[in-house]
Amino acid sequence: MRRNPLIPKIIIAMPIMVMLVLPLVANLDVKNVGVTVVDNDHSQLSRRMIADIDASEYLTVQSVVGTHGEAMASVENGEADVILTIPPYYSRNLSGGNAELDIEANGVNATKGMLGAQYVSQSAMATLSQWRSENSISVTMPETSVINLYNPTLNFRNYMIPALIVVLLIIICGFLPALNLVSEKESGTIEAMNVTPVSRFAFVLSKLIPFWIVGLIVVTVGMIIGWLVYGLTPTGSLGAIYLVAILFSLTMSGLGVAIANKSATMLQSIFVMFAFIMIFQLMGGLFTPIRSMPEWAQCITYAIPPRYFIEIMRSVYLKGAGIIDLWPQYTAIAAFAVFFSALAAITYSKRS
Amino acid sequence: MHYYKDKAISVRNLTKCFGSFIAVDHISFDVAKGEIFGFLGANGAGKTTAMRMLCGLSVPTAGNGHVAGCDIITQAEAIKHRIGYMSQKFSLYSGLTVEENISLFSTIYGMSSKEIREASGRLFAELGMEDMRRAFVKDIPVGWRQKLAFAVATIHKPEVVFLDEPTGGVDPVTRRKFWELIYKASSEGMTVFVTTHYLDEAEYCNRISIMVDGRISALDSPSALKEKYHAATIDEVFRIVAQTAQRTD
Repeated sequence: MRRNPLIPKIIIAMPIMVMLVLPLVANLDVKNVGVTVVDNDHSQLSRRMIADIDASEYLTVQSVVGTHGEAMASVENGEADVILTIPPYYSRNLSGGNAELDIEANGVNATKGMLGAQYVSQSAMATLSQWRSENSISVTMPETSVINLYNPTLNFRNYMIPALIVVLLIIICGFLPALNLVSEKESGTIEAMNVTPVSRFAFVLSKLIPFWIVGLIVVTVGMIIGWLVYGLTPTGSLGAIYLVAILFSLTMSGLGVAIANKSATMLQSIFVMFAFIMIFQLMGGLFTPIRSMPEWAQCITYAIPPRYFIEIMRSVYLKGAGIIDLWPQYTAIAAFAVFFSALAAITYSKRS
Repeated sequence: MHYYKDKAISVRNLTKCFGSFIAVDHISFDVAKGEIFGFLGANGAGKTTAMRMLCGLSVPTAGNGHVAGCDIITQAEAIKHRIGYMSQKFSLYSGLTVEENISLFSTIYGMSSKEIREASGRLFAELGMEDMRRAFVKDIPVGWRQKLAFAVATIHKPEVVFLDEPTGGVDPVTRRKFWELIYKASSEGMTVFVTTHYLDEAEYCNRISIMVDGRISALDSPSALKEKYHAATIDEVFRIVAQTAQRTD
C-alpha cells in the first residue's frame, strides 16, 4: 500500500550513513590531547620526557614554556588540555628520592582532561624507569598507581556496532509506520478504509507487516556494513539476531502506529515519537552502561524495550550467546511486541 | 416499528454534538430505494457530519437511523458491506496504479479474483480508461480520478452510495459526465445520497434537502421547492432558505 519513492532510499541509505559515520565520531577514545610542558629543569631527562610524550599516539606537545602562567594561557586559548610541570633540579633531586612531577588537567572536557593526565603520567613513568635502568641508578621507584590501559579503539567499535543496528531499527521502524498512517489521515485515504468492512486488526496488521520486512532489510544492511567496513561478524547465530529483529520491529512499529492513531497531524506524531526515541536511546544502555545509572533509573530501564535488544545484540555478537542463553531477554521483548501491536490495534478506531 | 424496511435510509432525530456545539440537530428523513437524494447546505451546516454518522464513521450523540436495513449505532460494520462512500477529499491511494486501487478495494469487499477481473474489465470499458490501467492514480487528471473513485465506491454493487461533494474542482463537462454515471447507478437500483455545492446539480436529484444550522429546513423535490418559495431556480431557493442561518463560519 505504499509506493513512496523515499522509503527504499531511507532503509538503505540510513543504515549506511549511521554505520559508517557514527562509530568514528561517537568514539569515546581520546586522541590528540594537547600538552604544554613547563620545563624548569632543562636537563637531559626533562628533554627526553618531552620527546617521549610527543611520540605518544595520543599526546601532542603543543609548547614548552618557562612559566606556569604561560602554560595556563595555552590552556585558556584551547591549545592544551594538560599541563606537565617539571620542577627545577628535577633530575638532580631524583637520586635523593624527593622529586615530584606536577600534572594538571583541563576539566572543561572532563573525559579528555582526565584521560590525558593519565596518559601523560604513564608516559613520564615509562621515561623515568627507562632512564633509571640506563643510568643504573638503583633508587627505589616511586610508587606508581596501576592504571587500566585505555585501549578502546577496537573494543569500543565492537561494542557500538551491534547497538547501532538497534538505533537504526528504533528510528526506521518507529517513524515510518507512524508517518505512513498519519499521511493517510492527512490525504483522506484512511477515511476510505474506515467505510469499508475491513477489520481493524487486518488494517493494523497491514501497517505492521511491511515493517518486519523493512526491519530485516535494515538489520541485514547493518550487519553487512559491520562486516565489510569493520570486519565484525556475529559470533553467535544469525537466526538469534533475526528473531530479535522481528520482535523488535513489531514492538517499534506497534508503538509508531499507536502514536499515529492518537495524532491528528504529522508534526504531532513526530514530536511524540521523538520523546520516546530520546528516552529509548538514552536509557536503553546504548551509550552509557545501565549498571552505572542510579538505581531508580535502572528500574525504569526494565520497561525500555531496546534495553533487551541491545543486550541480546551485544551478547550474540561478542559472546556468541544463543537464544536459550538469552531467554529472559527474548521473553521480555516478545511480551513488548505483543503489547505494542495490541495497543496499535486497540487505539485504532474506525468510528469517532 | 420497522418503518425503515422499505427505505434505503431512514433517520429519526439524529443528533451529533461536539462539546456544546450541536453540529447536527435532531434531523429526520427517509430516502426511498433507488432515489437520488441531494443533501444541500452551506459550509458548516452539518452535511458531512450527518453523512459520516450514516456511514458508521461517527457515533450519533442521540437519535437513531437505519441504512440499507442496518442500525447505524449497533450494526455499523454491517452497514459498511452494503454501502459505498466517496469522500470530499480524494480517497484513492495515489501511489498505486488504477488497477491496484481497484483490486485493493474490491478485495476488501470480499470479491473473488474472478469477480474482480470481470468488474474491472467492465469498469474500464465503461469509463474508457483502458489505456490508464497501469498509470499511477496521482498522474491522471482530476476529472478521471473522480470518475474512478466513483467506480471504486460502487464496484461491489452497494445498496446505497454516499457521495460527499464528488464534483468539487471539476469542470462542467466532466461534471455532466459524472452525473450520467450517477443516473446509470440509480437506474440499476442503487440509492444515491449526494452532497454538493453546485446548485445546478441539485436540479438533477429526485429530492433535495437543505440543511441550515444543523437542521433540515427544506425537503422536497426540486420543482415542489421552487413552487413553494416562488423561485425560478434551486439557486434562488437555496438563498432564501440559507438566509435564515445564524451560524457563520
